[in-house]
This record gives sequence, C-alpha cells and structure tokens, in this order.
Amino acid sequence: MTDENPYQPWIAKIISIKEEASGERAIKTFRLEFQDEEVKKKFTFLPGQCIMVSVFGTGESMFAISSSPTQKDYIEVSVMRYGKLTKALHLKEEGELVGARGPYGNSFKLEEWKGKNILFLGGGIGQAPLRSVIDYCKDNRKDYGKIDIVYGARTSRDLCYKDEFAEMSKKDDLSIHLSIDVEEEGWDQFVGFVPDNLKRLNPSPENTIAITCGPPIMIKFVIQNLLELGFKEDQVYTTLEMRMKCGIGICGRCNIGNLYVCKDGPVFSYDQIKDIQGDM
Amino acid sequence: MEQLTLPKEKLPELLGEIGSKFELVGPIEENGFLAFRKINDPKEINLDILLSRVPPKSLIFQQTETLFTYAKGKDSKVQTPKIEETKRVIFGIRSCDARGFDIIDPVFMGKKEGDYTDPFYTKRRNRSILIGLSCNEPDANCFCTSFDDSPANTKHVDILFTDIGDKYYVEVVTEKGEDLIKKVSKIFSKATEKEGNIRKETEKAAIDAISRKMNTEGVVEKLDKMFEHEFWVETARSCIGCGICTYLCPCCHCFDIQDESTLKLGGRVRVWDSCMYEEYTHHASGHNPRPSRMNRVRNRVYHKFNYFPKNDGIFGCTGCGRCIDYCPVNIDIIEVIDKVKEVNV
Ligand SMILES: Cc1cc2nc3c(=O)[nH]c(=O)nc-3n(C[C@H](O)[C@H](O)[C@H](O)COP(=O)(O)OP(=O)(O)OC[C@H]3O[C@@H](n4cnc5c(N)ncnc54)[C@H](O)[C@@H]3O)c2cc1C
Ligand code: SF4
Ligand code: SF4
Ligand code: SF4
Ligand code: FES
Repeated sequence: MTDENPYQPWIAKIISIKEEASGERAIKTFRLEFQDEEVKKKFTFLPGQCIMVSVFGTGESMFAISSSPTQKDYIEVSVMRYGKLTKALHLKEEGELVGARGPYGNSFKLEEWKGKNILFLGGGIGQAPLRSVIDYCKDNRKDYGKIDIVYGARTSRDLCYKDEFAEMSKKDDLSIHLSIDVEEEGWDQFVGFVPDNLKRLNPSPENTIAITCGPPIMIKFVIQNLLELGFKEDQVYTTLEMRMKCGIGICGRCNIGNLYVCKDGPVFSYDQIKDIQGDM
Repeated sequence: MEQLTLPKEKLPELLGEIGSKFELVGPIEENGFLAFRKINDPKEINLDILLSRVPPKSLIFQQTETLFTYAKGKDSKVQTPKIEETKRVIFGIRSCDARGFDIIDPVFMGKKEGDYTDPFYTKRRNRSILIGLSCNEPDANCFCTSFDDSPANTKHVDILFTDIGDKYYVEVVTEKGEDLIKKVSKIFSKATEKEGNIRKETEKAAIDAISRKMNTEGVVEKLDKMFEHEFWVETARSCIGCGICTYLCPCCHCFDIQDESTLKLGGRVRVWDSCMYEEYTHHASGHNPRPSRMNRVRNRVYHKFNYFPKNDGIFGCTGCGRCIDYCPVNIDIIEVIDKVKEVNV
C-alpha cells in the first residue's frame, strides 16, 4: 500500500483485543494502530469500506472496518474465526504486529442520506460494517432521523457488541431490537430470525433507508420482507461478499457478473443487483 | 511511419547488435514447443513455429511474482523487490499476442484517475520494446481477423517485421521503435514502393488464409438473456476443469496471492490462477458461488464476451486459437459462440 506497491501492507500494531462472541464461531474485535505516523495521519475511510489484514507467513483477508471514521486514532476490525488467516489472527496477542492495506471499495452514502431515518438489519458477523455506520450516525446524530437497529444471531453467545448495545439503550435517541434464533433461559427479547423480527416491527418505509448485512439467506428474506413492507428497491442497501485476493480490481477473483465486489462494492442498492447476471 | 527493409541473412547480425545493447527476448524451441526466452545467441531463435505455447504475456505478467518480502520475527520489515527498468526488446511477437497486452493493459495499469496500478506489470510493460513479426502462414485455429485485427497489424507493436521473400519489410511504428532503430540503423535500407506493395499483398494473402471466423455480432446482448439457460450445463459437460484454456490465454489476468516462507525470510507471491478451478471462489465458510463446472465454464465465456465488453468496451479474446488447440476435450470457443447465437430465448 505504499505509493510504489499497492500490495505491500503497512505495519499496524494490535493495541487491544475484545472478545465479542465465543464458541465455535468466535468473534474478536481487533483495534489496530498504524506504526508509521505519516500513514496514521493520512489514513481516512468511509463507513462500509474494507481493509486487507495480513498475518505475515499466513496470508491476508478482507474485513469491513467496524469502527467509525469519526474515531481517528485507530481502526477496528471484527473477525469471525473461520479459516487459516482468521485462526492465525485469533491467536495474536495485544502488542503484536500485523499488516494492513486499504481502505477499499465504496461506502454507504451517508452524506446523501442526511435527514432520513435509517433502519439497520444485521445478522451475525454482518453487523461489523453496520457498527461503523451506527457509530458514525451516533456521532452525527442530528443529521439523521429515527434510527432502528435490528440485530440477531444464533444464540446470545454469538451476538456481537452486547455491551455497546446496552450502553446505547440507556439513551432514547435510537431503538435496538435484538433477537436470537432459538429460545434461551434468561432471554427476554425476540426469539426468531431477523426477517421475522423485521415483519413484527413493521417499520414505515417513509423517508427511510434500510441497510442489511448478514448471511446470504438472511439478506434474501430481509429484502423480500422490506419490499412487502413497501420499501422501494433503491431504498434498500446491502453488502456483498466474494472471495478476494488483490482487493483492487486486478486479480479477477471477486466478480459477480461484470461487477468487482472489491472495487464496485461491497455496498450495493438492491436496485443495482436484483438483475445481475452472475453467481453469488 | 518509417518503412525500411533488411536482407534476411542480416537478421542474426541485427539481433546480435540489439542483444549487445539491450536485454533481448525471442522465441526459441524448447521441448517441442515454442517459448519466449532470453536470447544469448541469435541463432537460437525459431521463426518457423507460429505461436509459443505459453503466450508472451508471461514476460510482463509473470507466472510467479514476489510482491514483497518480510523478515520473520518481531519487526516484520517489509520490502518490495526491485523491478528492472532498463529497456528490453521482445522480438518475434505475433499480432494477436501483442494485442493481448492492449486488452489487459487497462486491468493492470488502470482506466481512470484514482484506479490502482500494478507496478510490476506497468514497469515491465514500459520497459519492453515490441518487435512484431507478421504471420504469413496462419494456423488452422487462428481467427484474429474476427476482431478487426490482421496477422500483419502495426497497431499493437513498436516495430513490425514482415517476411517479403528475401527481405524483411520493417515498419517503425512508435517513438520507442524509432529510438531503437536509431541505435542500430546502419544495416537497414529505405523500402521501395514495390517492396511496400509486396508487403501489402503478403498481408492480404495471410488474411485470406485464415479459415475460421467467430461471429461476435450481438453476442453481448444475447448473453444478457441466457445466463440461466441449460445450454451452459450442456456446454460444460465435457470440461475437466484443467484450466489450460485460461493459463494459455493472452487475455486472462487472474491470479492468486500466497505467502511462502523459509525460516528467516518470507515473501508474498502471486501466481497465475484460473476461474476454471473449484477452489477459485470457494469461501472459507464452505459456501461456493460457482460450485459446478457449469458455473465456471459460463464465467469464462461471460468474462470474455459479456463482462469485458461491458467494462472495457472490448472482447477478452484475441483469436489466437490456443484454447482450441490445447483443450484436452476439444471445447472450441468459436463453436460455443456459434451455439450461443443459436440458442432460443
Ligand atoms: C468485502 C468483505 C468484507 C468482509 N468483512 C468481514 C468482517 O468484517 N468480519 C469477518 O469476520 N469477515 C469478513 N469478511 C469475510 C472474510 O474475509 C472471510 O471470512 C475470511 O477471509 C475467510 O476466512 P480466512 O481468511 O480465515 O480463510 P482462509 O482459509 O485463510 O482463506 C483463504 C483465502 O481465501 C480468501 N477467502 C476465503 N473465504 C473468503 C470469504 N468468504 N470472503 C473473502 N475472502 C475469502 C481469503 O482472503 C484468503 O485469501 C469479509 C469479506 C469480504 C469480501
Ligand atoms: S479465448 Fe482462446 S482464442 Fe481467445 S485469446 Fe484466449 S486462448 Fe486465444
Ligand atoms: S476467463 Fe477466468 S481466468 Fe480468464 S480472466 Fe476471465 S475470470 Fe480470469
Ligand atoms: S482447457 Fe478445456 S477441459 Fe480444460 S478447463 Fe478449459 S474448457 Fe475445460
Ligand atoms: S479481489 Fe482482486 S479483483 Fe476483486
């Protein structure tokens, strides 16, 4: 990511690690700080954009930046343990160095959406990019109307950012609607899938933008339900995921039809992707 | 454009002179196939075989490339390898292969302000002087003319050589070409009008000798309508997913990135990859957007004949015929496109 070589990452230090979810699909949020002062000063991004994180000797993978650009001292990524690279990252400790390059891709149109209500619909690790937008909206609260956060995971153990939601719910400037898939002792909120929670909440499409991120099957039914609720195709935004290598539109890996997710995405309106000729 | 001639027997002398001033790369025979290699002795050059098996794309977009190295241990010192930037002459490249660069240049070198550029490709592209060689006797599966190209096209090279009997007709196309000729000009003569006419007739005869044609008219629009058609299952039935059609294609640009390391030093390396492999789109979660051969064969055809035209206004095929020649199960891209046109939707 030097001017010379876009594949070469900068060095970043893990300044803190927070365990978000435990169990088989553990999720950790890594707070990263670029080691080079110049880079630290220069690095800017917009909510929705992603970053390639390297563990030297293992490889690199793309992650949504889960912190808000209003936070200038560090960036955060929330990583679910999956394959080789994410396992290696989960073994890292505070103070260790990793590589990072970016930011990549497009972003949510938060400038354009000023004055609108925003409805977030997240599932599992899909909440990571939404967290960036939510924190951004919180820091610019007067610019946006009503904010609703609908978020679900399989079990309460899999829910990310629990303490942050608890903190947010103390104030009354946004509403949080959490859910888990199956009944659990002590759980007093909705039980069921995110698309069902959405139906139950029955939000008005009026002057509202809906953003959904999560597993493909959840996105599919969320969008179906949003359209049934009267949302127009261009009021609905989502992010798409494809396997990635270069992150900069060259390696050919991440295409869905003629679009490259790393460059043309990851944020798309439903309008843009509903007729796409490509495999997802 | 300067028009010169060179007696054929003087070619070794010319190449020797070029080789003494620049790095010289040209086609040689290796294990029964033509390959572009560094030339030490001009006599090694083979101009009888038409096309190299691996396209000369590999000289600029290398099959493997170390993107950077890192020291292992605490400090992770990261370093980009130095890329040679002195001029290099690539002799004997054919029109279609030279045109391949024009097709993938925008991918690696960016299309518009703000696009990322690949420094490895860009530097090698800029350091290369292409001396083309017209094809007087095209092969059975050549179809460059289907893309408004010609076996004697000056458009994609810096200098073009055409065999006109006992001489080469030499056209100096670009400034890069002029600079090179200036440094070695003594053995060329000015071309006469008669020689110019022979060159034109030679080109015409070569064009006439091309027997295969791909009919690309309306194919982009047709593909728009048949993504879900069972035609793709049929078409992919015999494909064994070997990836040869993409590895040997002058327009395929896909690569993988991997870490390779020894005890002290590690490197991040990129290697050619192919959308014909199952692994290619396989997510760590187990999900695969292109789980079957149908999806993969379809992606290759769409990339070349629908996505490339939509994104870059050009087909991702030069008509070199390699994928037809080397496909172990005889999948023929010209026939595929013919059949696409026949599908009822
Ligand atoms: C735009 C985008 C944003 C993402 N944001 C997040 C996030 O915020 N948090 C999170 O936990 N995960 C995120 N992912 C998914 C994450 O990149 C993959 O889960 C992860 O790469 C796969 O696990 P691994 O790296 O351990 O796999 P490995 O076994 O190391 O994977 C091998 C290679 O395949 C690539 N790869 C495999 N699966 C995927 C995949 N699903 N997506 C992309 N590349 C893949 C990896 O980059 C790596 O190069 C995102 C993916 C994309 C495309
Ligand atoms: S698709 Fe086949 S014929 Fe066309 S350029 Fe590639 S290898 Fe040559
Ligand atoms: S056809 Fe496949 S391998 Fe070739 S450039 Fe397109 S996506 Fe890459
Ligand atoms: S060369 Fe033929 S068999 Fe091999 S991947 Fe290509 S189409 Fe399939
Ligand atoms: S990840 Fe390489 S083109 Fe998108």
